[in-house]
Amino acid sequence: MTVVREPIWDDAPSSRAQGVVRHFLKFLASLGWAARIMTESLAAFPSVAVRRNGRSDLMRQLYVTGIRTLPVMTVVSMFMGMILALQVGLELRRFNQEIYLGAAVMISLIREMGPFSCGMCLAACVGSAIAAELGTMKVNDEIAALEIMSIPPLRFLAAPRVMALVLMAPLLAFYCCVVGAIGGGVVGATQLGVDFEQYMASAMSIAEIKDLYVGLLKATVFGLVIGTVSVSEGLGTTMGATGVGKSTQRSVIVSFLLILIFGYMITRICYR
Amino acid sequence: MALIEFHNVVKKFGGNAVLDGVTFSVEKGEVLCVVGPSGTGKSVTLKHLVRLLTPTSGRVLVDGVDVAECDERSLAAIRRRVGYLFQGGALLAWMTVAENVALPLRECTSLTEEEIDERVKKALESVELASAADKYPAEISGGMQKRAGLARAIVRDSDIVLYDEPTSGLDPVTATTIHRLIIKLNKSLGITSVVVTHDLQSALGFADRILLLKDGRVAACDTPEKFTQSTNRDVVEFLAAMKGTLK
Ligand SMILES: Nc1ncnc2c1ncn2[C@@H]1O[C@H](COP(=O)(O)OP(=O)(O)O)[C@@H](O)[C@H]1O
Ligand SMILES: [Mg+2]
Repeated sequence: MTVVREPIWDDAPSSRAQGVVRHFLKFLASLGWAARIMTESLAAFPSVAVRRNGRSDLMRQLYVTGIRTLPVMTVVSMFMGMILALQVGLELRRFNQEIYLGAAVMISLIREMGPFSCGMCLAACVGSAIAAELGTMKVNDEIAALEIMSIPPLRFLAAPRVMALVLMAPLLAFYCCVVGAIGGGVVGATQLGVDFEQYMASAMSIAEIKDLYVGLLKATVFGLVIGTVSVSEGLGTTMGATGVGKSTQRSVIVSFLLILIFGYMITRICYR
Repeated sequence: MALIEFHNVVKKFGGNAVLDGVTFSVEKGEVLCVVGPSGTGKSVTLKHLVRLLTPTSGRVLVDGVDVAECDERSLAAIRRRVGYLFQGGALLAWMTVAENVALPLRECTSLTEEEIDERVKKALESVELASAADKYPAEISGGMQKRAGLARAIVRDSDIVLYDEPTSGLDPVTATTIHRLIIKLNKSLGITSVVVTHDLQSALGFADRILLLKDGRVAACDTPEKFTQSTNRDVVEFLAAMKGTLK
């Protein structure tokens, strides 16, 4: 698949109506373009293991995606757990039900907030970097150069990045849940007078294996979405440095929106 | 039959025709210099040769194969033959010069590492860059980046090399080295070259033919002697405009 694309139309729109129609068709085309990028990157996963340098590329991406984001992940999910515990705990205290604090925090973290905050961090830290990097390569003709050398950019650039996101997202989401739960426990113990062990026992009693699976599934989907969006925005960049800024911005916005939408849909499908 | 042929190529972007019926051909082993004002579609012309762009109408042939119409396999074969030196060099930032040059061999051939090392060394030596093999693109000068890009373009034994402004933004001394390299590659390896350049003075020195592109059309395409003596209005105007750069 050639990723250096040309404008679809050679001529300017002849009327306003045609312009509107073309905008709509362009939108559809960009959906199709993203779908193709996703499928081709997924199809290129095996090549990551086969290609010379493929594994070292993957290792570098895993490091960037998984390790370099840990500080942000830790802070975000820690505060996420602390906020949850404080909000829920104050409410529970009115009914003298603080023993359920652990359960309440755990269930919201594992089902929703863990994957969600992990997705947001990945979109902001990793997705934006991918879009900017690929966008810069595009405007510097590096993508065109790869294409001419018959090195498929999706195989060479997209596959290791998307793969790293898909592999790392569930692990990081799990990590977020753990850190968030601990943060909640600390708030519970220091602010709400809930014994930490009691908090943990309550948290563990509620956590079902299904919740964990759905949460991890969500995170995996988020990883795939972020990868697809940032790769297609990056490779679709035109118009120099301004274009790089624009596609970086769009990749974050679109990823955020899709994380919310997919989060809702997966919840809707798995819990009814 | 010529190695590269453009037949009445028209290329439109958003309604305005950047190329408006371009016809020319390049013989095997020839050096063709393409000159003309900025924004007349010189880069666009080169991009048609490797299907980075496809013509709105008209045909582009490389060795008799229609580039725009052929299937993926023939396209890959054409791209294998054609080295392309981009304006900025287009090296990958996270790889050293040697790794960049080795890239097409690593990814697309089954050569062993020793064979690759050998060919990379040879390519770097032919562009006089062996000393910078282990540097990263950001650590070397613009002229060295272009030479590294050139090494990458010829490492697959290409027999056609397209140069997109190989010397713009370089100091005269470095520009002269690059021009010498273009001639050397052409003479010693028989590489057919299409050179887009702003440096008319040097082009007159080393080109077999000079093509003036103006308003999306070929205004003139002649040997340097005939080009300078041409009475064609576009050529006269262009030469007058470039007078300051000519000795
Ligand atoms: N991919 C593209 N989309 C739209 N317009 C383009 C594209 N590539 C080139 N152009 C337009 O074509 C014209 C010629 O560009 P170019 O070939 O780069 O000029 P030059 O002769 O200086 O190399 C410019 O006006 C540019 O705006
Ligand atoms: Mg140009």
